[in-house]
Amino acid sequence: MSELLLQVEDLEAGYGDVQVLWGISLKVARGTMTTLLGANGAGKTTSLRAIIGALRPRGGKVTFAGEDVTRLSAHTKTARGLVLVPEGRQLFSNMSVEENLEMGAYSHRARQHFKTQLEQVYTMFPRLKERREQKAGTFSGGEQQMLAIARGLMAVPEILIIDELSLGLAPVVVQQLAETLKALKAGGVTILLVEQNLHLALALSDYAYVIAEGRSFLEGPSTEVAAKPEIRQAYLGL
Amino acid sequence: MSTLLEVSRVSKRFGGLQAVDRLSLTVNEGEILGLIGPNGAGKSTVFNLINGVYPPDSGKVFFAGEDITGQPPYRVARHGIARAHQIVQPLGGLSVLDNCTVGACFGRQNLALGQAREAARQMANMVGLGDRMDMLASSLTTAGKKRLEMARALSARPKLLLLDEVLAGLNPAETEGMIETVRKIRDSGIAILMIEHIMRAVMSLSDRIVVLNLGARLAEGTPQQVADNPEVITAYLGDSKLINAAELPT
Repeated sequence: MSELLLQVEDLEAGYGDVQVLWGISLKVARGTMTTLLGANGAGKTTSLRAIIGALRPRGGKVTFAGEDVTRLSAHTKTARGLVLVPEGRQLFSNMSVEENLEMGAYSHRARQHFKTQLEQVYTMFPRLKERREQKAGTFSGGEQQMLAIARGLMAVPEILIIDELSLGLAPVVVQQLAETLKALKAGGVTILLVEQNLHLALALSDYAYVIAEGRSFLEGPSTEVAAKPEIRQAYLGL
Repeated sequence: MSTLLEVSRVSKRFGGLQAVDRLSLTVNEGEILGLIGPNGAGKSTVFNLINGVYPPDSGKVFFAGEDITGQPPYRVARHGIARAHQIVQPLGGLSVLDNCTVGACFGRQNLALGQAREAARQMANMVGLGDRMDMLASSLTTAGKKRLEMARALSARPKLLLLDEVLAGLNPAETEGMIETVRKIRDSGIAILMIEHIMRAVMSLSDRIVVLNLGARLAEGTPQQVADNPEVITAYLGDSKLINAAELPT
C-alpha cells in the first residue's frame, strides 16, 4: 500500500441540534481514486464539508499528510492542498474563466505555482483556454464542471475532493468528465469522489466506502464492492 | 380494507418546475403507506396538497369519501388528517401538555378544554413524553421535539397521520424508539402516510410503498416489490448505462 494521505476516524458532525454523521471512517492512499458512496441523506456532502473544515466536526479526527488537521479552518486546509470541488460547482458566474482560475490559486503556496499550473490546466482543458475571457455563468453545465475542477487544480491539490461529478449533466458530458478524472489520476492526482451514480463511481475508483445513515456501512476495493449484494441494502434498506 | 384517503391525479407547478405530476395514491384504513423518492421528488409537496397548505392545480383529494380538495389546513384537520412536520414546529413557550392540548382543541373533535387536556395527556404518554408533561417545549431535545410533534398531531384524534421525516436527525437508539412508537400508533387504528429517508425504517414499517420520482409515481408495491423494481434501483443507484460498465456486475 502506498503512502496514506488522508485518514478520517470516527467523524461526527451535524447542523444545529441535528446530528448527521455518527462515525465515518475512511482512508485515502496517495495516487489513488477513492469514492464515498451512499443514498440521499446518508451524509456524503456533510462528510466532505467536515473533512475540509467548512463544517466543524463534533468528534473524530482528520489526519492529512501525517498531521492532525481536524480543527483547522477550510482556507488553511485548502492552502495545504486539501481541496474541494463543491457540489453544484459554485463558480463565480460573473467572472471570466481565467478570473475563476485565479481565485482557485488564492493561497500563498498556490500563487507561487500560478503560471505553471495555469499552463497545465489549459493544456488539459484547451476549451477553457479558448474561452478564457468568457464569463463562467454563460457556460453549459458540463463546461462549468470542467472549470470547477480546473479551479480546484489551481489550488495545487495534494488531494482533490469532488462532490457530485455528474449531477444534472448529460451522459455524453459525464463520459468526458470521467475521462478527465482518469487522466488526472494518471497524472498523479489523488482523488476522493462523491458521486450519485454508483456504477460510474465504482468503475472509476480503486477503493470504495459506502455509508448509510451517517455511519460507515461497508468498504473494499471497488470491483469487490460492486459485486456485493449489501450495497443495494445501503441504498434501498432491503 | 376500505380506502381512507384517495389522491386522484393531482398536479402542482411552481413556476417552471412541475413539482407533482398527475399523482394518484390511496391510503387504506389501518395501514402504513411509505412515500419515498430522491431529494426533490415532490414528497413534501404531496403532503402540502393533501393537508391544504396549497390547492392542487388539478386533480382531487378525497378523504373518507368526501371531496376535500383545496380546503385550508384547519378544515382538513377537522376532517381527521393531522401532520407531524419535518421541521418541528413546537410552541416553544408552552409546556408539552399545553402544546398537545392545542392540537386536541383544533383537531377532529373540537374538544372542550378539559377533554382536550385529557386527550393530550394520553397522547403525550403514548409517544413516551409522559414524564415531561410540564417541561417547556423549547427545552426538549431534538428527539423529544420530534415526539412532541407527533403527540400534538395525535391529540387531534386523526384518522390519518401524515409523518414527514420524523426520524431525521435522531440517533440510532432514538430511531429504534420512534419506529416502535409509529407501530404503536398504527396498531391503535390510525392510518399513516409517511415520508422517510431512512430506508431501513421505511421498508420495515410500511405495508405498501409508493416511490415518487420527478413528481410522478415511479413504482408502487410491498417493500420487497419496490426494492426489486429495476426502475427504482436505477433511480436510487444511478443508471448503469451511464458508463461502459461491462466488467461490472449489476
